[in-house]
Amino acid sequence: MFYERKRPQRGDTVFRAATLGAAAFLLVIMAAIAAFLIAKALPAIRSDSVNFLTSSRWNPDDDPSTWGIAALAVGTLISSVLGLAIGVPIAIGVALFISHYAPRRVARGFGYLVDLLAAVPSVVYGLWALVYLVPNMRDVSKWLHDYLGFIPIFGSDGLYGKSLLVAGVVLAVMILPIVAAISREVFLQTPQETIEGAYALGATRWEMIRICVLSHGKSGVVSAIVLGFGRALGETIAVALVLPASNVITFSILKPEGNSIAANIANVYGDAGEIGRGALIASGLVLFAMTLAVNLIARGVVARGGNLRRKAAA
Amino acid sequence: MKLNRFATTACLIAAGAIALSACGSDNNPTSAGSDSTVTSSSGASSSDSTGVTTAAGDPTGSTTSSGTGITCATGTLQLSGSTAQTNAMSEWIKNYQTACPGATINYGGGGSGQGVQNFQDGTVDFAGSDFPLADGDEHDKANQRCAPGTAVDLPMVPGPIAIGYNLPGVKDLNLSASTLAGIFSGKITAWNDDAIKKDNPNVDLPSTKIQTFHRSDGSGTSYNFSNYLANEAKSDWSYGANKAWPAPGGVGEKGTAGIAQGVKSTPGGIGYMELSYATQNSISYAKVGNAGGDFVELTTDNVVKFLSTATVVGQGDDLALKFDYTNTDADAYPNLLVTYEIVCTGGKSSELARDFLSYIVSDEAQNLLPDLGYVKLPSNIQTKVQDTIKGLG
Amino acid sequence: MTATSLVTPTTSSVHLTLSRRRLPTWSFPVLGVGVVLLTLALFAVTPLQGRADFLVVVVPTYAVVQTAVSRAVEGRRAARDRLATIVVGSCFLVALIPLGGVLGYTVVKGLKRLDYTFLTHSMRNVAEQDAGGGAYHAIVGTVEQVGLAAAIAVPFGLLTAIYLTEYSHGRFGKLVSFFVDVMTGLPSIVAGLFIYALWVLALGQGYSGFAGSLALLLLMIPTVVRSAEEMLKLVPTSLREAAYALGLPQWKTVLRVVLPTALPGIITGVMLAVARVIGETAPLLLTVAFTASINNNPFHGAQAGLPLFIFSEAMLPNDTAIDRAWAGALTLIIIIMVLNLGARLVARLATVRR
Repeated sequence: MFYERKRPQRGDTVFRAATLGAAAFLLVIMAAIAAFLIAKALPAIRSDSVNFLTSSRWNPDDDPSTWGIAALAVGTLISSVLGLAIGVPIAIGVALFISHYAPRRVARGFGYLVDLLAAVPSVVYGLWALVYLVPNMRDVSKWLHDYLGFIPIFGSDGLYGKSLLVAGVVLAVMILPIVAAISREVFLQTPQETIEGAYALGATRWEMIRICVLSHGKSGVVSAIVLGFGRALGETIAVALVLPASNVITFSILKPEGNSIAANIANVYGDAGEIGRGALIASGLVLFAMTLAVNLIARGVVARGGNLRRKAAA
Repeated sequence: MKLNRFATTACLIAAGAIALSACGSDNNPTSAGSDSTVTSSSGASSSDSTGVTTAAGDPTGSTTSSGTGITCATGTLQLSGSTAQTNAMSEWIKNYQTACPGATINYGGGGSGQGVQNFQDGTVDFAGSDFPLADGDEHDKANQRCAPGTAVDLPMVPGPIAIGYNLPGVKDLNLSASTLAGIFSGKITAWNDDAIKKDNPNVDLPSTKIQTFHRSDGSGTSYNFSNYLANEAKSDWSYGANKAWPAPGGVGEKGTAGIAQGVKSTPGGIGYMELSYATQNSISYAKVGNAGGDFVELTTDNVVKFLSTATVVGQGDDLALKFDYTNTDADAYPNLLVTYEIVCTGGKSSELARDFLSYIVSDEAQNLLPDLGYVKLPSNIQTKVQDTIKGLG
Repeated sequence: MTATSLVTPTTSSVHLTLSRRRLPTWSFPVLGVGVVLLTLALFAVTPLQGRADFLVVVVPTYAVVQTAVSRAVEGRRAARDRLATIVVGSCFLVALIPLGGVLGYTVVKGLKRLDYTFLTHSMRNVAEQDAGGGAYHAIVGTVEQVGLAAAIAVPFGLLTAIYLTEYSHGRFGKLVSFFVDVMTGLPSIVAGLFIYALWVLALGQGYSGFAGSLALLLLMIPTVVRSAEEMLKLVPTSLREAAYALGLPQWKTVLRVVLPTALPGIITGVMLAVARVIGETAPLLLTVAFTASINNNPFHGAQAGLPLFIFSEAMLPNDTAIDRAWAGALTLIIIIMVLNLGARLVARLATVRR
């Protein structure tokens, strides 16, 4: 009659054990992945006759083994940052347009379009970049060099084609839908009261956006940017097709020089021997560390943004 | 009720998958089920369009004489390696699979370096490589994989290395070995440089900048071309011969196809590629300088003349070749490679591997090479290879 | 449109009116045409050429002119507003160019070879320079590889998500959650490299479709866990408490009440994870190798994959190969689009009616 709280049923224990097992197994797998990768990378690092962080050569299987990720890491960072610099402002503009400027009915359609474009696989972007972008960017690169060549990053030897700039543009096109889609969601969630309040006080549309939408959506936009940055860092195929695969540290984005970690792995994994594979794994771990660092920084920023908002509301 | 919905969806998906798997086909002209075990007598009903004469109607079916016919075996061969021989392999695999629907042969390319690596790792049955196994560590590892047999190089696909270039309006170009060394080491940067003008006094050269293309992956084509430069332009080329392209500068591309694509799409581009890629993509190629200072045109006969002076330097069953770069014959084209198939002796190669190898070294298969942009094996070498293949079992 | 002023200004420096002077609507096209004409004149005189240069000059010029005019007529704030509109609008147009370009390009070039032959034949016995052949072997390969990956990743991820939402309230749960976040950042090439080094080489299993599935499920699991977790969290606690109040044990609550409520969202999340992973080339490069023939067995022997097919055909210089690459790209996009639309459809159909 009175409902007694019983000891846990068998079903409960089994189910709980199953879920716990799954979670624990996941942890074990991730630890195993980390351990295996580190175990493979260490012998390569040890046998490296030069500092693997500062050298640019890539001959891990030679005797003596000389390899280093300097050129690869620099190339990865430059192309990704370039992609962000080009893509993020445009993405935010697109998101603003869809959320606050476009007429309601058309906005939904545009929203779907942007979502669809976020799903296009990277190999298609790479193919498009190879067939369309590389030849056409020649003229743009020449134009940039002609008018802005006094700035070092636009320096050139007169040869244009595959370059870090093309890689940056491809990455910008690839992260644009992602950043735009997430930013759009964030902007749409601006509290309606604040918007109406701003209009009631006589703000123009731009002032309303600046005061309400952008400040409210700051942390959301930051997460979107981080997501885009992560994707740009790890992008393999599209970049492998448009980078000139020359292991040189270069800051001039128009020259046919530069390589990225992921593209290097895709290019040379085939003829890599034991040490070579270890070297590739080491470079992969460095890439992973980069992505991790970016993610953690973003988490910090988002958390702080949340804290500030809570403090302001209190 | 939830179960019903799930069950229906699951059934739909399963049905869809089954339908999907039933409606596709490999392009076997016999269109009999794709993995029926085929003895060559029943396979003889197909294959006449490809110029392969199976012993039609012959009840025993298999012949092993070098001139006629394919011996069919079943199974799958996983191969990889040199991209220079891809076009030849493509054609041969097509012929063999058409005659033998029970065989599946996959040639994954990837470059000579990858082929050798895959062979040592044991992930491929045999590999194509434009340079023979290097003595020492490389050969030892390969021998380990083949134990108790050994690993041997079988020359199979000789091919000229064409120096393809993209200069609209310039149809004939002469490039001496030292000019080539200068171009590919980055010392010569424009097409109207004096050195190139000296080689081509009658040609109007534009001032376009030169964009060189080289292989970013480990490549036997790189090895052979750098070997040619090291031997014939000793004073201008200090980088030696290496399958990992040794000189600085230039754009790295993956696979011979990458170089062809690069040269084709870059005005002012120049790159080294196996001839079939140049001809297939309408890329012009240059006359190349030999040891005597003459400019030799790239024709099949000229390549054969150069190849005929090559000597076998491999030990035992190994048939690695060495080219004679001092050849001053004005009609011998000195820039070439030979793709070897690296196989295991001592019974470690499957029957399908042996049968396929017998086919591609036969006259039938070798006769297809010149039209594809390669060169036939000289007959003395061909005989040696055939003997070794017979002894692989 | 002007409103009548309610407060007349006392001094000319203080504008307390509720009205503003607005630029009439006809001024915008007039300005636009004016700028275009000006640019054309400029082009006739200077060495500037071409469509790209034209756009690069017209748009900023229009922005500058428009803002200046607006500032003179309407005031500074309104001018800034107009400038912002122009900037945002041109961002949108600029974005449309490459995005529309990629899609349009793929459709136009892909349709050239997207026919029945392409979808039902493999590349067996077709040399690269031949015009025939198709991607059937790649389509089958992709379906099997992704299907296997999903079949393992989904239950696994669901169970983990259930653990994280229903059962864990301590540090272990936070640890798992943190590592799932870490795993979301795993670059796809590193996942492929890991499976290559471990499964293909060290364990000697060789290339196979299954190796590809293993690499893909490493990429899928974090996404599935995250989205399932979000969906499960959205289920109101009141629903759970009602179930407990009626005497259901916890496991029945989860299976019979919480899961079905969260199901549409979970299915959407799963299908989106699948759509993301279907286009991954890098992990397949290292694990699935290459074959031109149909291989229906994902556990043995090299299999083809659609992204790999596109990649390898795209790197060849033959025009026939590039055509096949585009057709393959179009096929892949269509498959992903169908999956995305299917996800939305399922979400709507499977919503539990309250």
